[in-house]
Amino acid sequence: MIRTRELTKDFAVGKSRTVHAVRGISLDIEDGELIAVLGPNGAGKTTTMRMLTTLLEPTSGSATVAGHDVVAESATVRSLIGYVGQGNGAGHMQRASDELYSQGLIYGLDRRTARKRVGELLEALDLAALASRKVSSLSGGQRRRLDVAMGLVHNPSLLFLDEPSTGLDPHNRANLWDHILQMRQQAARPMTIMLTTHYLDEADSMAGRVVVVDNGEVIADDTAEALKSELAGDRVVLSLDDAGRAGELAALVGRMPGGRDVVVDGDAVTGRVANGPRTLPVLLREADRAGLTVVSAQVHRPTLDDVFLSLTGRSLREAENSSPTDSKEAA
Amino acid sequence: MTQTMTTTRAPAVPPVGGVRKLIRDTHLVMTRELRPVLRDPFSVIFGMIQPLVFLGLFGPLLVGSLGGQAESTVGSSVWQWFVPSILVMTALFGTTTVGANLLFEFQTGAHERMLVTPLSRPSLLIGRALKEMAPLAAQAVIIVLVMIPFGFQLYPAGALIGFLLLAVFGVGIGSLSYALAIAVRKQEWMFWAVQQTVIFPLMILSGMLLPLETGPGWMQVASKFNPLTYLVDAERALFAGDIGSSAAGWGWVAALVTVAVGLTVGIRSMRRSAG
Repeated sequence: MIRTRELTKDFAVGKSRTVHAVRGISLDIEDGELIAVLGPNGAGKTTTMRMLTTLLEPTSGSATVAGHDVVAESATVRSLIGYVGQGNGAGHMQRASDELYSQGLIYGLDRRTARKRVGELLEALDLAALASRKVSSLSGGQRRRLDVAMGLVHNPSLLFLDEPSTGLDPHNRANLWDHILQMRQQAARPMTIMLTTHYLDEADSMAGRVVVVDNGEVIADDTAEALKSELAGDRVVLSLDDAGRAGELAALVGRMPGGRDVVVDGDAVTGRVANGPRTLPVLLREADRAGLTVVSAQVHRPTLDDVFLSLTGRSLREAENSSPTDSKEAA
Repeated sequence: MTQTMTTTRAPAVPPVGGVRKLIRDTHLVMTRELRPVLRDPFSVIFGMIQPLVFLGLFGPLLVGSLGGQAESTVGSSVWQWFVPSILVMTALFGTTTVGANLLFEFQTGAHERMLVTPLSRPSLLIGRALKEMAPLAAQAVIIVLVMIPFGFQLYPAGALIGFLLLAVFGVGIGSLSYALAIAVRKQEWMFWAVQQTVIFPLMILSGMLLPLETGPGWMQVASKFNPLTYLVDAERALFAGDIGSSAAGWGWVAALVTVAVGLTVGIRSMRRSAG
């Protein structure tokens, strides 16, 4: 469905500086995949997507989308793909149903079919009651659903979603995803979806495959589960009654199987170990034997943030301080 | 629901190409742009008041300010001279500001939405510029109807051709306004700065509001290099019924050059506007 080879994009900044936004991305995405491109702001996610949707011309490399070259056959690519950008696609002065109807005609539906399709989409995306409302009077979540409806007006077999849930509260995010997944199931052909996101949990729970992008390059590409178990270990967090002996406990954590990245902060010691649930009891017995009194102990399963950290040495949330706390971190 | 979802499928590529596709797409863009205007006609009615106010307040001062020279410059009827001016001015204000709408659509994402559809790039420009002509036509009719009781003489054929001329010119100016908006989209304040800086010298140096015959020689020379001068002269000739006059001919030359330059620059900008 999507095939890119050494895709790059440079932007000229001012007279003499060039920013290499995308530095050679090669991807193969099969029919029916739901793939998330994860990375901090400025990683090149959106630039890549804008090249695949023909909005930007690549500096070098090639990309075919739905069987057509994005540069040589851009008009054909545009007629085949659905796209939901970061902004709101509907004109603010337009009525919701008018805008959907216009989009239907633009994609080549006749008037009758377009009118019918508008009805279906308004119904499916819970917008029927808002059909004659002006877009400017819709809430953020409602506008986002209208954007999705516009992206699906021609029943595309490939849908691009550029940070679809950014700016929505958790309730609206969940609601939006319910609708997207429902529409995907109802499609006649398996709909391929490519989304960019900086929400870790979104990539983790929605996508069958996660492509991690940093500095314009793909640094990891696998299922979320595989990425987590291969690239990041479990994290243990211990606290001690005596901050003075934290160093001894840290040394002990470091000697455990897979022990690494051990950090002491006051009376707290955190580190990574292999197989946390099994390692923790061993660790506690050893600490006891050494006369160290551990007053609390936790095991955290790895998150995609841990994956990013182990790949880049930076936390995704440091690189991306607007991202909310990963819900799994608190578990 | 599941059944109906699968029944409506767009043809992969609309089965038209070339000029037919351009006309079809232009029509789609124009009707889409007109829909909110039709849904909310008050915005158009409000827009009609401004040119009438200008006519009512500026027109009477014109004759007085010219003193004894009125007859030799604006002719025997000030309205015959001034009504075409007001139509050109209304068109000019309407079309030079259209870029501001596009700036707003850049912000919201609506423009990006249009760019990712199969619509041809030129249609995005031409359709939008033509949309501005619909309210202008309504304004022109009202201005003319209101002015007839005050001694304005209507030559319908000339007026119709005059309006067509204005529409061609307006599409060119609208295209340039969009090109300007695209060029300054990262510094939006620039749009109004440039628009205001350009429009007033052009207007004054076209003899639109005050006759240049009474002005200094350098202004008369400068006006010869202003395409708007030829347009205003042509509109006055056409609204006086002089369809075949040389002034009308030069007006068409000015309008066609403007629309050619405008569309060339505008379409090139539109193609690059996603970056």
